[in-house]
Amino acid sequence: MTVKLYIDSIHDALQEEMRRDQGVFVVGEDVGVRGGVFRVTQGLIEEFGEMRVIDAPLAESAIVGVAIGAAAYGLKPVAEIQFADFILPAVNQIISEAAKMRYRSNNDWSCPLVVRAPYGGGVHGALYHSQSVEALFHHVPGLKVVMPATAADAKGLLLSAIRDPDPVLFFEHKALYRWVKDDVPDGDYTVPIGKARLVREGEDLTVITYGLMVHYAEEAARELEKEGVSIELLDLRTVSPLDREAILAAAKKTGKVLIVHEDNKTGGVGAEVSAIIAEEALFDLDAPIARLCGPDIPAMPFNPPQERFYMVNSEKIAQAMRKLAAF
Amino acid sequence: MSVDSIRVSQKEPQVSTDMLQRMYELMWMMRQLDRRAVALQRQGRLGTYAPLEGQEAAQIGSALALRVQDFVFPSYREHAVAYVHGMPLKRILLYWNGRYDGAMPPEGVNLFPVSVPIATQIPHAAGAALAAKLRGLDQIAVTYFGDGATSEGDFHEAMNFAAVMELPLVFFCQNNGYAISLPSRKQTKVQRIAEKATAYGMEGVTVDGNDVIAVYLAMREAVAKAASGGGPTLIEAVTYRMGSHTTADDASRYRDASEVEMWKARDPILRAENALRERGAFSEEWVTQVRKHAEEIVTEAILDMQSEPPVTLDQLFDHVYRDMPKELAIQKQEALSRQAKGESVRG
Repeated sequence: MTVKLYIDSIHDALQEEMRRDQGVFVVGEDVGVRGGVFRVTQGLIEEFGEMRVIDAPLAESAIVGVAIGAAAYGLKPVAEIQFADFILPAVNQIISEAAKMRYRSNNDWSCPLVVRAPYGGGVHGALYHSQSVEALFHHVPGLKVVMPATAADAKGLLLSAIRDPDPVLFFEHKALYRWVKDDVPDGDYTVPIGKARLVREGEDLTVITYGLMVHYAEEAARELEKEGVSIELLDLRTVSPLDREAILAAAKKTGKVLIVHEDNKTGGVGAEVSAIIAEEALFDLDAPIARLCGPDIPAMPFNPPQERFYMVNSEKIAQAMRKLAAF
Repeated sequence: MSVDSIRVSQKEPQVSTDMLQRMYELMWMMRQLDRRAVALQRQGRLGTYAPLEGQEAAQIGSALALRVQDFVFPSYREHAVAYVHGMPLKRILLYWNGRYDGAMPPEGVNLFPVSVPIATQIPHAAGAALAAKLRGLDQIAVTYFGDGATSEGDFHEAMNFAAVMELPLVFFCQNNGYAISLPSRKQTKVQRIAEKATAYGMEGVTVDGNDVIAVYLAMREAVAKAASGGGPTLIEAVTYRMGSHTTADDASRYRDASEVEMWKARDPILRAENALRERGAFSEEWVTQVRKHAEEIVTEAILDMQSEPPVTLDQLFDHVYRDMPKELAIQKQEALSRQAKGESVRG
């Protein structure tokens, strides 16, 4: 075990996998000489050279499209989209091509591709450097979407994503990069895609969330504990495919469910989690399912007061917990 | 660049008579397949089909210049390219019959599945070329697309990427005059699509796409250049789509019969026939044999296609991922059990 920052864990996992497998290469904007705008890929070009750490021209659809071609060929590309907000020009390649490669070729071709992108707000990134885009891809068959909350999961899920035979979107919350640090297992450590993590056990109500919100929910749960309310906290880790068993077990255990995400509420991942519980565990519930999410407005505000107002935080989660506990 | 600069085949024979005869045979066979496919669609025995008539020289001339190891990333009209590169006719027909095997070339045939969205396959070809370069293999990629695709972002992004990275790649544009109904002059302001290469520091070549020898020679040169580290080339083959965009289209709604007549006179098969006659290599005996052989091959492929066993409904759920997620397994079970109980699968 080594205590690592979330960002260093991602960097080290990439480096280890590039050393282990010659087929792994990185392609994206400013990932080479600059080492990425957040410095996730720092030093990789010096070790692996410019053919395996490719500073691509500024064109997201080409970055993903080229990576798809190389993946179909048999390599293991890790494409970086500089900010999740800018993944949109590549959506046609991701949804029409990567997600359907295996299906439309009747298993003759596949697309073992990873697309990494920093997402999320609360870092004064404003409209176009703060968005959460997971719900767009959550809807699409053929894709996997992972969103680690800890440094250990970042490593374990990134190694699993690179080794996965199908396309995986790997969303990293940029607020976690240099804020969160935890014990990361050394060596070849993988976390299975599609498995949630029970962060803490509790009796009174269940919180289901992912990404940055896991940490805010933990803070809130510690507050509620002082008030005598015990919280079961589930970190989804993977939002596609969802861990149905873990969701249903956590929901049935307390009978009260609060779903939290930073992304806007309508049509978000929480809606599907809620539907799974409603379909499979309605009669185990003691209260209506509650959702605490970003509001349905187009973008993150730039000015700090409105940004704080927009973001879900531990105080808001604590309030929502109290309300649900009292139901 | 003007139309005058379009390359045509030289007077002196640069391809052997054997090769020219083979080109003729392939063009003739693919035209028969194409016409039979349109007829099968009209009879309800094939799904919507994209005919290639008129583009035989552009497709066969270019595909014959490829090596077996080279990767092909086609659009949806490249049946003749697919066949020359190793795809059996039966599977080409199966694809248009909505069958799974239709997307699968035999082992060792480096042919990517047909791309239906416009231009999305172009960056994939750049990716395969990049992979070949990373691996240090003697292998190039070629991508086929139409004039319409040159307005798409993916075309420009891939052209730029390939040029900057000096990839072993050939961009092969069949300028067949129309993107569904939009004529080339409304698609682009430049005289020749090959001019677009200039913006990327790439060589652009326009070739008479109905002259099978000229296409072959241009492609052979671009392949050799790519394979020897010379980087990508954009080839524009000027040709004409004699039929409609697909069997769901009616080209008479947007183009004049006189224009079609003009292009009939430039028919690529007739042109090859004339070239063979000049060489004294076009006898009635030979051509009768060629046509008989083509007829047999095409008929056999159609009968093979029609004798495939029916699809099974459970196949619908396969290969979304390598390993089926639990939720999908549940949906599959539910759908099949509804079907077994005689309920409509449509719910």
